[in-house]
Amino acid sequence: MTTTESAPAAGTAAARAPRGRARGDVQGTRRLAALLLSPTLLVLALVIGYPVLAGFRESLYSRGEGLDADGFVVEGDRFVGLGNYTAIFQGDRADAFWNAFSNTTFFTLTTVVLETVIGVAMALIMQQAFRGRALVRASILVPWAIPTAISGLLWRWIFQADGAANAVLRQEILWTADGFPAKTAVVIAEVWKTSPFIGLLVLAGLQMIPRDVYEAARVDGAGPVQQFFRITLPLVKPALLVAVLFRMLDVLRMFDLPAVLIGVNQKSVETLTMIAWFEASNLRYGSAAAYATVLFLYIALIAYLFVKLLGADIIGEARQKNRRPRAVRTPRGGRRAAA
Amino acid sequence: MRRTPLIGGTVVCAALALSLSACGGDDDGGSKGGAGAASLQGRGPITFVTGKDRSGYLQKQLDAWNTEHPKEQVRIIELPDEPNDQRQQMIQNATTRSDAYSVLNLDVVWTAEFAANRWLTQLPKDRIDLSKMLPATIATGQYRDKLYAVPSTSDAGMLYFRKDLLEKAGVAGPPKTYTEMWDACAKVKKLPEAKDADCFFTEVNKTESMTISAVEAIESAGGSIIGADGKPALNTPQAKQGVEFLVGAKKDHMPKEAVTLDTEGGRRYFQSGRLIFQRQWPYQYGLANSGDGSSKVAGRFAVAPLPGPNGPGVANLGGHNLAISAFAKNKATSLDFIRYLTGEQAQRANLLATSQAPTVAALYDDPEMVKKFPYLPVLKQAIAGARPRPVAVKYGDVTAAIQGEMYDAVTGKKPADQALTDLESKLQPLTAQ
Repeated sequence: MTTTESAPAAGTAAARAPRGRARGDVQGTRRLAALLLSPTLLVLALVIGYPVLAGFRESLYSRGEGLDADGFVVEGDRFVGLGNYTAIFQGDRADAFWNAFSNTTFFTLTTVVLETVIGVAMALIMQQAFRGRALVRASILVPWAIPTAISGLLWRWIFQADGAANAVLRQEILWTADGFPAKTAVVIAEVWKTSPFIGLLVLAGLQMIPRDVYEAARVDGAGPVQQFFRITLPLVKPALLVAVLFRMLDVLRMFDLPAVLIGVNQKSVETLTMIAWFEASNLRYGSAAAYATVLFLYIALIAYLFVKLLGADIIGEARQKNRRPRAVRTPRGGRRAAA
Repeated sequence: MRRTPLIGGTVVCAALALSLSACGGDDDGGSKGGAGAASLQGRGPITFVTGKDRSGYLQKQLDAWNTEHPKEQVRIIELPDEPNDQRQQMIQNATTRSDAYSVLNLDVVWTAEFAANRWLTQLPKDRIDLSKMLPATIATGQYRDKLYAVPSTSDAGMLYFRKDLLEKAGVAGPPKTYTEMWDACAKVKKLPEAKDADCFFTEVNKTESMTISAVEAIESAGGSIIGADGKPALNTPQAKQGVEFLVGAKKDHMPKEAVTLDTEGGRRYFQSGRLIFQRQWPYQYGLANSGDGSSKVAGRFAVAPLPGPNGPGVANLGGHNLAISAFAKNKATSLDFIRYLTGEQAQRANLLATSQAPTVAALYDDPEMVKKFPYLPVLKQAIAGARPRPVAVKYGDVTAAIQGEMYDAVTGKKPADQALTDLESKLQPLTAQ
């Protein structure tokens, strides 16, 4: 985190130094940049570095396990090494872990795919010039504006046994009981809530595409489908990838929607964060920290693979492309720390 | 952070070891625990930590105390509505050893966990008048035979039934056994107005309510989830009979959507007139009887003790207890305040204002109270025979295990025996000491 933030910024500062001056000046500028950035780095170390390390340290300890003769919990921390980690993969705990792991992965795959398709469709609609476009744009964004816990309540009301969903479907599906319908309910509510986010980011990408590209395509005789797959999709890809990455990181740590919509301790919708929360609320902070660390590593791995497989530097590339749409194959350069 | 500093922890441990060995085996209302009765000292302002006070009446009770004790003012700290959040905040406060919380309003099932972690001050039995209170409620404030909390409100499940339908179908009175209940249902269902009604409802959704339903079913059959020795006791015919009752009731007599209905969902179902019998808490009585049109069954129902397999069943005990945080200042004031709030006068006023069930036995027989709350005699009977939920230091894990296995049994994912065997093996390590 800290290194990626500091290196490009320092590099940019150095690059801006006037040409032909002595080397000492460049170093002086670098030092100044480092000095100016140090408060930021310090804050980052305090608010991100310390909690991560403290959480990892906590995961190596265990406490409050046994009772003494008078029925009191034995006090004090016990160093258990990687015991909390091995416990995750053993016995009953392993079932719960793999169940939560597969739920988390299932939600990530299904919701992100559906959100991407629907979000892109929304962006294409919002992009069109038609009467009442502002109203459509505003209404598409409403779900994103509602707090997750509130939309969870809203959907619980829709999905209850005598709720709107069953009335519309003319079925008696027990959505909020523990089972496959519960999974479906979470996916529907999540897609409803977050598709606008992808729609919004893709819309921003769409508006950066110059109109003359489409005109040229039309002159060459390309139909709307060809235009979409040959022009729109490649040119909007950088923006789309950022949106998808953000959604993936977000859904991997999903907690509040299933917790409110279905409830905690429900096998079919239990996610990794929910297990960590359950451990913490039963005073096993070491074990909770171990689950959180495992989740942290999983998220980091997914993010790394995503970035590696689909483009080395999403943010830099996006900027590059938007500036010069034809120079698609130059991923380097123009690197700036942008959040 | 949460971790006890090494040195501080050692000092506390040493001090505790000393105080433990010093007071040996005597049990005179004593000085054992996180902080002994000897430290029940100090007078001055205190705080009262409680869940949200919906009625707004609590402040009035505090105002009365505050005018009488100007130097020992009590301030309310209101915690979130959700019991789990309340427990979480109280635990956070205790693990940081903060003195911000003085008197705690605890759910009855938290006593063991809080006492075992030394977060509560042991209370002197000789300085609190427990003789007027219902015995079942006193048990919920104790851990290993020592008093840590004083019961302030109580609660127990009762059987709500449609008096009008039973009369019309010629059923003599409320059922005392399950068989009588199913028979009554069969008769009532022949009536045209009850054709689509469901027979019975008790909560079987996967929450704390599932634990309560399971405890009631198993205890009614004469079994128990955790025996008197603190070990799971599920490998018995009684436990099996209890679970089979729940499974059968869910299959044949409950609404299809039973597994999705929570306490409030059950109340709406009853109030819509679609239930003949229902297991529910006393709070429903007033709401279901309100004449503002929200209830279709106002004036048409009554309550009775829960039925069992061969006679009256066993209800589960709910309610709240007041305890003193081990880290609080001004513990003498805290004790006086608890005595004030759990006294007969305050409980009487509280019952009138909030309809929360008291723990003082005499109030249940008071004609004035019974006139206002006609269910009190039934409730007294229910509380007298009620049993607490399993007493366990790791209650959170125990209840989660019960919920999971019982849910699988009730929804038919597992046969009752299998669920009980699995639950037994899950509870073994959780209750081992």
